[in-house]
Amino acid sequence: MKGLRLTIVIFTALFVIVIASFTIGLVYIINEGQQVVITQFGKPVGNPITSAGLHFKQPLIQEAHYFEKRLLDWDGDPNQIPTKDKKYIWVDTTARWKIIDALKFLQSVGNEMSAQGRLDDIINSATRDVVTSHLLVEAVRDSNRILESKPDGEDVIVTEEALERIDVGRKMLEGGILEKAKVLAPQYGIDIVDVRIKRINYVEDVRNKVYDRMIAERKRAAEKYRSEGQGKSAEIEGQVAKELKAITSEAYRQAQIITGKADAEAIGVYAAAYSQNPDFYSFMKTLETYKYTIDGKSTVILTTDSDYYKYLKSLEVVK
Amino acid sequence: MDLENVPSPAEIIDVGKKKIMDFSKWIPVAIVVLLILSGLRSLIYSIGPDEVGVIQRFGKFIGLSSPGLHAKIPFGIDKVTPIKVEKVFKEEYGFKTVEPGIKTRYSSGNYKDESLMLTGDLNILDVRWIVQFKIKDPVKLLFATRRPEDNIHDISEVVMRRLVGDYSVDEVLTTKREEIDDLAQQEIQRILDSYNVGVHIVTVKLLDVNPPEKVKPAFNEVNEAKQEKEKMINQAWEAYNKVIPKAKGTAEKTIRESEGYATDKINRAKGESARFLATLEEYKKAPEITKKRLYLETMMQVLPNAKAKYIIDSQQKTILPLLDINKQGGQE
Repeated sequence: MKGLRLTIVIFTALFVIVIASFTIGLVYIINEGQQVVITQFGKPVGNPITSAGLHFKQPLIQEAHYFEKRLLDWDGDPNQIPTKDKKYIWVDTTARWKIIDALKFLQSVGNEMSAQGRLDDIINSATRDVVTSHLLVEAVRDSNRILESKPDGEDVIVTEEALERIDVGRKMLEGGILEKAKVLAPQYGIDIVDVRIKRINYVEDVRNKVYDRMIAERKRAAEKYRSEGQGKSAEIEGQVAKELKAITSEAYRQAQIITGKADAEAIGVYAAAYSQNPDFYSFMKTLETYKYTIDGKSTVILTTDSDYYKYLKSLEVVK
Repeated sequence: MDLENVPSPAEIIDVGKKKIMDFSKWIPVAIVVLLILSGLRSLIYSIGPDEVGVIQRFGKFIGLSSPGLHAKIPFGIDKVTPIKVEKVFKEEYGFKTVEPGIKTRYSSGNYKDESLMLTGDLNILDVRWIVQFKIKDPVKLLFATRRPEDNIHDISEVVMRRLVGDYSVDEVLTTKREEIDDLAQQEIQRILDSYNVGVHIVTVKLLDVNPPEKVKPAFNEVNEAKQEKEKMINQAWEAYNKVIPKAKGTAEKTIRESEGYATDKINRAKGESARFLATLEEYKKAPEITKKRLYLETMMQVLPNAKAKYIIDSQQKTILPLLDINKQGGQE
């Protein structure tokens, strides 16, 4: 019983000591991602402490100020900025920054809220400088690939100004803003790591003009397709007429040749036969014609000298 | 009333004091028990099967913990943060899914600020896309950046808008969507890695891409016009296919007919010539007789058909003394 009581007492004592240490400020904890500046009676003492874990300081008279060690983000309000070619656009940038010198940070801005204010000024003015000295195309596009790419079989519906060749693109603009902004940051113990253009949008009335332009472009393309359709269809119609003509006239030509040849051949055959005895032929042919020409409507007048009726006169043959 | 056994106030206080003294023996024990109980609660922790635990001692990172039940130093000395490393997170841009399921409902709210963006040909498109990611480095996730989710969100927008700003309207609407998906995934990954966010971008995918409302009808008109063009051309070819083969057929027929005529004509000529020559042969054998015979046969065949026959004496100089032997019934 006495032993148990002793351990309980020791445990409790330890516990009380630990709690007391924290309360009076002998001991403090730094989490990963945090850094601390120690001040004594309001004045900073020593360098910032950046390693995580359990640390010691002088109790009561020294105070630990905590700052972020991690990468922080800054997201400003969108700004209305005119480009070099007088196009008004909303530019929304976002940046990444770090507290690299917590001591300087504490002495200059003191806390994050006021640091954000400084960053607003620095980054917004850098953005404005860069955007106003560049064309809209340079802020929107990143490369010239849109000029090189050939759409497959489609016709390109692109505005003239968009087709301009650029030397500086979006990424380079971001780099330019970062460069300008970076310079002013170290005095606050800050490092601006990255500045990016999050959004670029047209101002309201410019947007409507762009819509109108898009509509006009599309309407024009639609017209083009329709007239192409009509043109091609007329072309085909013409081809039909042409081919039709060719086919029928060719057929006629060949038919004529065939019949012509046949007629000639027939004439030859007849001639070959009839020319062997023209007199006999004319005799036969005449007899044949009698068969066709003397019919129920004809009147025949013959003399008694005719070979047929001569016997009516006498039996003897008259020579 | 029995006044002898009533305890005096001093006696009551004494009894009370004694009772408290007895009770106070138990106070340290009670404190220890309470401490042990609270300690137990912060002594054990569990990590789920799809998680990893990040362990900090006095704030300092000391290691990772695998799934299961584990012990740690209690009273706030050890801190364990479970991180889901298997889960695929999804971020939506330009829209919001209100109710997922078989018939997913989307918010019709105003995400136009997020979805409207400029294309490379300085036009405007309404772009909706998603980004899916997994946590690949829980330590970096917790300690390198303060708000990893904001980083992911901002950089996704930065990259997508930059890419769309390099392509034309038609490319983003149709042909280059996959290319943009791939490039976006690579670029977002690259930038987030440079920030040490500790996530792995699994996919970036363009969903609905549309021209803005006001412009949509004009875009539709282009598609319709394209179809109209196709239709017109098809109809023309149809007409062609109706007429030309038929004409070819007719042409063939004409030629065949002429060939038929030719054969007929020649055969007839040959036939008649042959007949003539045969008759000629006969004639040559007995000319006078044959000639007379043919003549008389013809007359015999022909004269009866004639309506009127007049036989006039060869000496006759005029026609008037005419013997009409054909008149019927003696009519004059």
